[in-house]
Amino acid sequence: MTDAASLSPSVHTTDEAAVRLKKRRSAETRLKAYGMIAIGLAALALVALLWNIVARTMNAATEHYIAIEAQIEEGEDDFLKVVKKSARAGFPYVSGRSGKRELYGLFSDGAADDMRRARDAGTLETGDAVPMRFLMSDTADLYMRGEFGSLENQESAGTLAIEEGGKAFTLRTDTGAFTDALGRAKAGLAVEADSLRRQAARQSAGITAQEARIDSVTGLEREDMLVQIEGFKAARDRLDGQASALDALVTGDGDTLLELSDRMASFFVEANGGILKLTEVSADIARAVPLVPMNDTDAAANGAWSLRILDRPEIGRPVKDRQVAILETLQRDGRIEEVANWKFFSLSDSTQPEIAGIKGALIGSMWTMLVTFCLAFPIGVMAAIYLEEFAPRNRFTDFIEVNINNLAAVPSIVFGLLGLAVFLNFFGTPRSSPLAGGLVLALMTLPTVIIAARAAIRAVPPSIRWAAMGIGASKTQTVFHHVLPLAMPGILTGTIIGMAQALGETAPLLMIGMVAFITAVPEGITDSATVLPVQVFNWANASERAFDMRTAAAIAVLLAFLVVMNAIAIILRKRFERRW
Amino acid sequence: MLSWAALLVCALALAGFFTAKGRAVALGGDTPEVLHSRPVYHGGFVAIRTVFAGLGVLILGLILTNIAIRWALYSGLPAGLSEIERDLIVSDGVALANGALASRTGEARDAVAALYGRLTTLQIWGLALASVGAAIFTLMQGLRQVSIPFRARSRFERIVQVILTISAGIAVLTTIGIVASLLGQTLVFFSEIPVMNFLFGTLWSPLSGVHDGTMDPDKVGAIPLFAGTLLITVIAMLVAVPVGLFSAIYLSDFASARARSIIKPMLEILAGIPTVVYGFFAAITVAPFLRDTGAAIGLSVSSESALAAGVVMGIMIIPFISSLSDDVINAVPQSLRDGSYGLGATKAETIRNVILPAALPGIMSAVLLGVSRAIGETMIVVMAAGQGANLTANPLEAVTTVTVQIVALITGDTEASTAAGPAFALGFTLFCVTLIFNIWALRLVRKYREVYD
Repeated sequence: MTDAASLSPSVHTTDEAAVRLKKRRSAETRLKAYGMIAIGLAALALVALLWNIVARTMNAATEHYIAIEAQIEEGEDDFLKVVKKSARAGFPYVSGRSGKRELYGLFSDGAADDMRRARDAGTLETGDAVPMRFLMSDTADLYMRGEFGSLENQESAGTLAIEEGGKAFTLRTDTGAFTDALGRAKAGLAVEADSLRRQAARQSAGITAQEARIDSVTGLEREDMLVQIEGFKAARDRLDGQASALDALVTGDGDTLLELSDRMASFFVEANGGILKLTEVSADIARAVPLVPMNDTDAAANGAWSLRILDRPEIGRPVKDRQVAILETLQRDGRIEEVANWKFFSLSDSTQPEIAGIKGALIGSMWTMLVTFCLAFPIGVMAAIYLEEFAPRNRFTDFIEVNINNLAAVPSIVFGLLGLAVFLNFFGTPRSSPLAGGLVLALMTLPTVIIAARAAIRAVPPSIRWAAMGIGASKTQTVFHHVLPLAMPGILTGTIIGMAQALGETAPLLMIGMVAFITAVPEGITDSATVLPVQVFNWANASERAFDMRTAAAIAVLLAFLVVMNAIAIILRKRFERRW
Repeated sequence: MLSWAALLVCALALAGFFTAKGRAVALGGDTPEVLHSRPVYHGGFVAIRTVFAGLGVLILGLILTNIAIRWALYSGLPAGLSEIERDLIVSDGVALANGALASRTGEARDAVAALYGRLTTLQIWGLALASVGAAIFTLMQGLRQVSIPFRARSRFERIVQVILTISAGIAVLTTIGIVASLLGQTLVFFSEIPVMNFLFGTLWSPLSGVHDGTMDPDKVGAIPLFAGTLLITVIAMLVAVPVGLFSAIYLSDFASARARSIIKPMLEILAGIPTVVYGFFAAITVAPFLRDTGAAIGLSVSSESALAAGVVMGIMIIPFISSLSDDVINAVPQSLRDGSYGLGATKAETIRNVILPAALPGIMSAVLLGVSRAIGETMIVVMAAGQGANLTANPLEAVTTVTVQIVALITGDTEASTAAGPAFALGFTLFCVTLIFNIWALRLVRKYREVYD
């Protein structure tokens, strides 16, 4: 007996072999790692996408109301006026045109709509001081959610002496309480000076470029260029001058008053029940104007006042300082209510985000899906039956098959163009109606339904057919009484998946005019309508920032419908599909 | 009114069904076996004929009368108007008649509105009466035919056969409709603009050079759009192919059954998300993220960069590539794997040297289908890519695509008849290109099947 190893001197036990093996194994690990990384990336994308939607949707789940007293006369009809009147009465200290405009800006037109609806329902109280909730405007609502940064609170340091002088107040401390505010204001100035310098540098670059070219041109062109260079120089000097002026302010010591502008952070002092906005500041002394009046001008003890800072400059946010002050006061008094936003489901599209809802789009989607289902399902099933059970094997059948496979991969926008040319322009189907949309989507869904139905019919074993025919059933009877019922779960599963695709389809509907702004809820398949995905598209394009979260909420509703539909499809498949 | 007529037709059909069935039962009496067909077929035959006649008259009539009314409205207009003015007057007149807002009012529009009102009233009443009449007539005729030897089942089944064949033919009709509608408008467009200018011009600004409804042939060069589409497609495939392919390899040869049961549905979720959601994601999250990241490392990234649209489109296509590749990798016969393992190859070596070469045609076809989808994808680029036709290969700049321009042209403010030309020409190009990719992909798959089936 000889050992196997001694027969063929092994190449598998040498050191090189060990190295080789290690290399091969690490190649294996690498490939596996690539696979895991790929799946990880896909998962990351999915999570990022869903998290984005969910986080934004959370914001749209509630809305803010301002609780003040309303003044409503008997038989009042102009509720926008009521809102303004009540606002003035609730905030008597707000004066001046711009002040009032900012005050009204806190309230949504939806507040007037609410009152009108209450009047129509007969539940509107009238009187001089009816406690009432007023819907907040979209920008104020965004402020309440901290979209423009939150108001920092710096605890007071030392006593604050308040001197009245004309419209403004002078605030004095002896502990350098405003040092930090001064520092931040100066930092803001430095940033501004930098940006001015960058602009100046751009002008300089322009000068250099023109001067390099000036020798190559003559005559009028040269004159023009010289003028241009002079202009650049003037602009550069002006910008440099402004920057140096700002620098001087930045390097100034802590005792000179620095004037604040709307390009810097906003500084508020909360004392004696009021809110003051600082207009000039030094380490110890500040000048301020009242936004919400104080109860008295007594000195505020340490701990009884606070300095509050909003970092984003007033010019960079739609909510102005006065509005911030009023909102903060309301918040302090507990007069801001955050309630669930059920109105999102009972209102239709609007230009104002806070009163925009998805009811119209939901109903529109339902009508459209109804049309799609009524066409795609029967036609798809019948086509599948024909192709699987009756069609002779010939060129025409092959042609149909190739056609169906190709149609399944035709870009959806092409179906939209087909709908535009054939249904709208040729047949005269009403524009942007669920009928037109449903027709286009039905043609799009048809290949999906046919392919699924064919697979389901093919899965029914031939023994069923032979048995039926054996007891004397005709071909049609065999198919409709025996094969079709057995294939139905599979067919329905495929149909639901096709319908889910159709529900999320947007591009072809844009082609047939469903992108129009429609506030009415469609009452039939020939009314103008919009559908959920198109609503998402429209809101995503809207410039108002508050539409972002509503877009996400509409997406969440859309996804919820898709999840339900797919769940039904899965249940159908699990429960009823038989394996033969 | 018309929906009531349709309902009435259906009610008549139902009534016909029961009457005919009842008559057949009565004819059979105690010996129902003497009937050639069972009573239900007599009922079904009458009902299906009634519905056919009634609804057929209704739908066909509606289509024909709509065309006729349009013709009547246009022929009633005063002579010497341009096509655009005629379209405007007619659409305003129709809007006036429907109580909607019109862009202007005037004598011609009022005349159109009055004519339209009269004609539609006539149309609705006429069609309602005609369809119900046709239904009643066929119902009566059908009821008379009920007799013992009447071959109701054969007749019924023949009708069913015809319906089935027509249903299958709708797919063909759709294709014909697509080709005809695209081609019609495209040919009109190319009768004014040379094809070469469209295919090889480098300046795309079709609506800026419109004079009296005709375009400046130098401003309809679609090369920037093709280049933009290509750029975004390439970026998308650079994301989708590696991720999708490696996922498929992992799923088919490394993953445990449990991991598969989690990962596969996850990829299916990715596939089920509507494209408008991806568009929102690209525009609101990915594009600003790329712009800010770029700014942080000193690159200027456009906020409508091709990169953002391409990456998100790639994410959308991942499940497409992975599930198709997974299928073809799984379809490689086990014997090939076993043979390779038998020779001592590791899994990785088997995959690289045996499975991937064997599955290559299938994977190629998955990639081709992915490319076709990327080219035809609309919502992501409409929401995240730019509008301006910018000829560049820099993925950080904004580019526009064929689909974006179609949407911009059709949904824009320009007169529909002017914008339709370039839009349909682009649509036709898109259709042809995707068709080539699809056929190519299907060919590859078929060839591949022949090898292993």
